[in-house]
Amino acid sequence: MNYPNELLYSKSHEWVKYEDDLAVIGITDYAQDSLGDIVFINLPSEEDELEKGEAFSDIESVKAVSDVISPVTGIVKEINEELLDSPEKINENPYEAWLVKVAEITGHEDLMSAAEYEAFIEKQ
Amino acid sequence: MDKKTPLYESHIKLGGKMVSFGGYILPVQYKEGVISEHMAVRNKCGIFDVSHMGEIEIYGKEALEYINYVLTNDFTNMSIGQVRYSPMCNFEGGVIDDLLVYKIEDNKYMLVPNAANKNKVLDWLLENKKGEVVIEDKSEDIGQIAVQGPNALKIMEGIFPKDALPEKYYTFKNQGEIEGRKVLISRTGYTGEDGFEIYLKSCDTVIIWEKLLASGKDFGLVPCGLGARDTLRLEAGMPLYGHEMNDKISPITAGLGFAVKMDKEEFIGKDSMEKDKHNTSHRVGIKMIGRGIARENCDVLLKGEVIGKTTSGTYLPYMEGAYAMAIVPGDIEEKEIEVNVRGKNVKGVIVPLPFYKRKERN
Repeated sequence: MNYPNELLYSKSHEWVKYEDDLAVIGITDYAQDSLGDIVFINLPSEEDELEKGEAFSDIESVKAVSDVISPVTGIVKEINEELLDSPEKINENPYEAWLVKVAEITGHEDLMSAAEYEAFIEKQ
Repeated sequence: MDKKTPLYESHIKLGGKMVSFGGYILPVQYKEGVISEHMAVRNKCGIFDVSHMGEIEIYGKEALEYINYVLTNDFTNMSIGQVRYSPMCNFEGGVIDDLLVYKIEDNKYMLVPNAANKNKVLDWLLENKKGEVVIEDKSEDIGQIAVQGPNALKIMEGIFPKDALPEKYYTFKNQGEIEGRKVLISRTGYTGEDGFEIYLKSCDTVIIWEKLLASGKDFGLVPCGLGARDTLRLEAGMPLYGHEMNDKISPITAGLGFAVKMDKEEFIGKDSMEKDKHNTSHRVGIKMIGRGIARENCDVLLKGEVIGKTTSGTYLPYMEGAYAMAIVPGDIEEKEIEVNVRGKNVKGVIVPLPFYKRKERN
């Protein structure tokens, strides 16, 4: 399992990368592996408001459906439209396949470093 | 505590993701995942550990009369070497389990119930015992391996003599052996493909599993878990106990009327089913048109009114789309419905079952 050092991680298995004023959000390698083959994703629309700790997307695999929880509060600036047609890209590379880019961030959840997240996973 | 099948260590070695199912620990998938396992069975071949399935022997002078009484199908005109599918019902006409019946000899049968229902089936058989019969649970001593897909025959021929392999669907042979290890081979399965199910002694399961994997190497044989078993049976329109049927749903409603012989004089559940004749609810297939995957227990709506519920549903890899099965009233003529998927009504259309039918051989 792979957890890049430059990212921050939430307890509900999302990753966050800050790029200037934007927060780029995706799901972790652990999350995609637990879900199995991903076949469908719902994404929010641009300009939607996200609230930290609340679901903003759902991802369906053959096995199950899972909510994606927003680690930040802010406004959706961009969505990764490519995933709507090719959600399997999340399985292939969960850190390339970002879901949304969020701007005007006014709050965030407690996030972990890669090492902290790895230790957190160990305990699951 | 969950039991391990004889193949537990083999699954770990193959990278199986182990889960609890029907009282056993079994792989839900291996490394490549459900979709690639599913496609292997459709295009080449898959091998499944189904050792969790139960095996119950029934024999004695009145074995035929007895199974005709406790099961809904008719076994009177069955030959030795045939397999027949049947629901087992309670007196209210609900399904206790659905199982396969093997005719081993005159008045000797093997019943194969679902793992999770095995004890319930056994209790029911004993409670309703009639006449001169012996009922024996053999589940602990017997393992089972399924080999399913268009290359199944070639792979089986690689390790078994040709005359040990049954030729026709729903028949079996029990003269097969490799190196003195006796097996019963049946041309049955739960995937919608041609294939075999091999019943063998628990202690022989690992060695024959390995021989099959070796024989299948050049034929694209892939180990498959419970995940693919479920998507394959759903794509093939096959019902699963606890989903399309349960102790409140009659086999007629579940679309299993072909295995309920109402012209038999007497069998458990017959009276209730006769009284329930006006009930037209039945199982249908739904193809999802809008964006969303219906799972089980979603409301099915027609013009905004709830008319039924889905019983199973997921994304089907070979059909490349989201499909579900549902139970709806019989007088629905409209094909366009909606399914409530997590609070949103998503468009779907009623389509014939099965969703997938394999092309005939020859």
